[in-house]
Amino acid sequence: MVSFGDPGMVLKAFFPTCCAAADSGLLVGRWVPEQSSAVVLAVVHFPFIPSQVKEFLAQVQQTSQVGVAVLGTWCHRRQEPEDNLGHFLEGLSAIFSHEPWLQLCREKGSTFWSCKATRWQGSTSPGAPSEDQVMIVFYDQRKVLLSQLHPPAILPDQETGDAAAGAVGLAAVFHTVARSEVLFRSDRFDEGPVRLSHWQSDGVEASILVELAKWASGPICLLLASLLSLVSAVSACWLFKLWPLPFIWSKLSTCEQLRYRLEQLTLIFSPQKAENPSQRMRKANMCVSVLLDVALGLTLLSWLHGKGRIEQLADALVPVADRVAEELQHLLQWLMGAPAGLKMNRALDQVLGRFFLYHIHLWISYIHLMSPFIERIVWHVGLSACLGLTVSLSILSDIIALLTFHIYCFYVYGARLYCLKICGLSSLWRLFRGKKWNVLRQRVDSCSYDLDQLFIGTLLFTILVFLLPTTALYYLVFTLLRLLVITVQGLIHLLVDLINSLPLYALGLRLCRPYRLAAGVKFRVLEQEAGRPLRLLMQINPLSYGRVVHTYRLPRYGCHPTHSWGSLCRKLFFGELIYPWRQREDKQD
Amino acid sequence: MENEQSFSDICGGRLALQRRYYSPSCREFCLSSPRLSLRSLTVVTSTVWLAAYGLFTVCENSVVLSAAIFITLLGLLGYLHFVKIDQETLLIIDSLGIQMTSSYASGKESTTFIEMDKVKDVIINEAIYMQKVIYYLCILLKDPVEPHEISQVVPVFQSAKPRLDCLIEVYRSCQEILAHQKAPSTSPQAHQKAPSTSPSIQKASIVSRGK
Repeated sequence: MVSFGDPGMVLKAFFPTCCAAADSGLLVGRWVPEQSSAVVLAVVHFPFIPSQVKEFLAQVQQTSQVGVAVLGTWCHRRQEPEDNLGHFLEGLSAIFSHEPWLQLCREKGSTFWSCKATRWQGSTSPGAPSEDQVMIVFYDQRKVLLSQLHPPAILPDQETGDAAAGAVGLAAVFHTVARSEVLFRSDRFDEGPVRLSHWQSDGVEASILVELAKWASGPICLLLASLLSLVSAVSACWLFKLWPLPFIWSKLSTCEQLRYRLEQLTLIFSPQKAENPSQRMRKANMCVSVLLDVALGLTLLSWLHGKGRIEQLADALVPVADRVAEELQHLLQWLMGAPAGLKMNRALDQVLGRFFLYHIHLWISYIHLMSPFIERIVWHVGLSACLGLTVSLSILSDIIALLTFHIYCFYVYGARLYCLKICGLSSLWRLFRGKKWNVLRQRVDSCSYDLDQLFIGTLLFTILVFLLPTTALYYLVFTLLRLLVITVQGLIHLLVDLINSLPLYALGLRLCRPYRLAAGVKFRVLEQEAGRPLRLLMQINPLSYGRVVHTYRLPRYGCHPTHSWGSLCRKLFFGELIYPWRQREDKQD
Repeated sequence: MENEQSFSDICGGRLALQRRYYSPSCREFCLSSPRLSLRSLTVVTSTVWLAAYGLFTVCENSVVLSAAIFITLLGLLGYLHFVKIDQETLLIIDSLGIQMTSSYASGKESTTFIEMDKVKDVIINEAIYMQKVIYYLCILLKDPVEPHEISQVVPVFQSAKPRLDCLIEVYRSCQEILAHQKAPSTSPQAHQKAPSTSPSIQKASIVSRGK
């Protein structure tokens, strides 16, 4: 039943620092034969009845599924050496048989410990005990118990089975300590048949408020979850699925953000408990990011409602829109003359300019029609800040999109015209070389044209070439304006994404309790003395901030600019329309 | 047991190798590079400030001068905290693992610990670095799925870049410990790599890109 490790390996005794001051007794822990390491979990003090200790360990083993056993003896000499105690401790190995049998001894006034590991079987001459080389590794029991190793060594689906066997290396040590939490549950005021020394909390502290909050959280969660399900049922109602509405919803970033917020709240208030640590962490991160978002939103709200800032804002909005339209008119008039000394095609220039001017005129009248309602609209938008800063930022982004609708229209007209010219020019250029685009085979074929065809083609080519600069200029100016608007919207989206996806709880945990998120361990060699076993201190190596963000980042929502710079430039050159929301539609498909 | 020896790095700078033998199963190698010299600090600072002063005489805006001071301070802090590595330590513990620590000039320490059952071997490798071929010590990690394959190569003493004579010293000591670990599990005939023979330098199978 007792398996022994590789006899060539150095025996590693993992000893909790909190037990260093304990009285003499028995070492209780787990023996990991694959790595020949003994993980000491606690010290059982004298006096004890061996059968009671065995019974207690069997109980612990049953609940924690960790093979807890008596590993050896611990002797802490406070007074002058007592020889009878040494003999007594050796005699204990006959009662609790373990292979190998550890004998740790701390002498008075010395920082160096002596440690012996004896094994009777497996030695070269049967009968005579052989001794192993031993190194003592000290660990902080509380930190190892609370820390969570990254990346997780055990897959979540393995957790239920005999998971302790699945963990390898130092993960086995972490796992052993984490699983034997049952052993640590008793605090120092407990009076049981077996007196143990291990990491202990200083008794359970209780606050009436915390207890009340715990007691109330269940019903409140249920109530809020049912309210949220009602809201999502209303939003799924058929009235909102009539034809143009889903199309509009998908274009508005406010709707996306509201949907995401609803999802977040549903997850936070879901009555079922999070099963594994990563889910728990996700929930906590989401909760903190929602709280921060709402707090920022409320700050914004209080700032807006103080000193009549809403009226000021509403009063400023119409003149700004007017001013933008005016500037655009000036720009168009400049383009209709001789912009930057370029000589344009006068007729086309005038036609295009008048067309755009008429558009601006329409836009201004639309804004003035709206102006009496703007204050009320702004007031309601300000109220939305209590749902969170991200929601109001999304609304701001939508308002910018609506107020710059004329720029978008100009851009589309310019791009379409430009695209038409570029296509015409490229196909006529093929005509010159005696080639044509074969639609059926999707390739360029050679073709012999008639004289008339060539004549007409040349004529059209010439016209298009001479008209191209005028169109290209309009296209260039409006594309630049459009790109400016897209950049502003993109920055707002970036901010919203940042608030939505930053794992604030994990970052706070890393800042205040670095041992909770462990990337691994590090060892420090403690002071040495010749002839004594090697002593190491095992510390927890915290996860770096970059890895914390990478591991716990919440999934992103909203549109991301997935254009690469090359494809963006290509699209701009050929006059294809660039939509910021195109990618989102693709993602939904 | 502790001894110190002086070596040079690939550019000819001085390096001090400290060896600490705590026990037969635990050794530590500590490579310390020279500290930030006052001369280079003075040269860089005065160059930046002179350039800023030149710019100031041209555009007559005092923002330039304060910006130069801030840039120098922030640059120095960043350099000490993120770039300048004073000491690199390799701690090898039998049947436990290998630990690499780099201590920055500001006191920050970054540590990586590799467990022994993930380590396949420690070798000296050749790499092309800028315009020259250099040797470096590296740890080969086992692939968790196929134990005979190598999943990753972890270079050691990345910032100090010591020369081959220094690497051989470290390599031999590491091989002694690794051989001690392997010895009981495998038959003695299978051990061709005796620690006293010259280190096997694996031909440049991995070529690191010049920085």
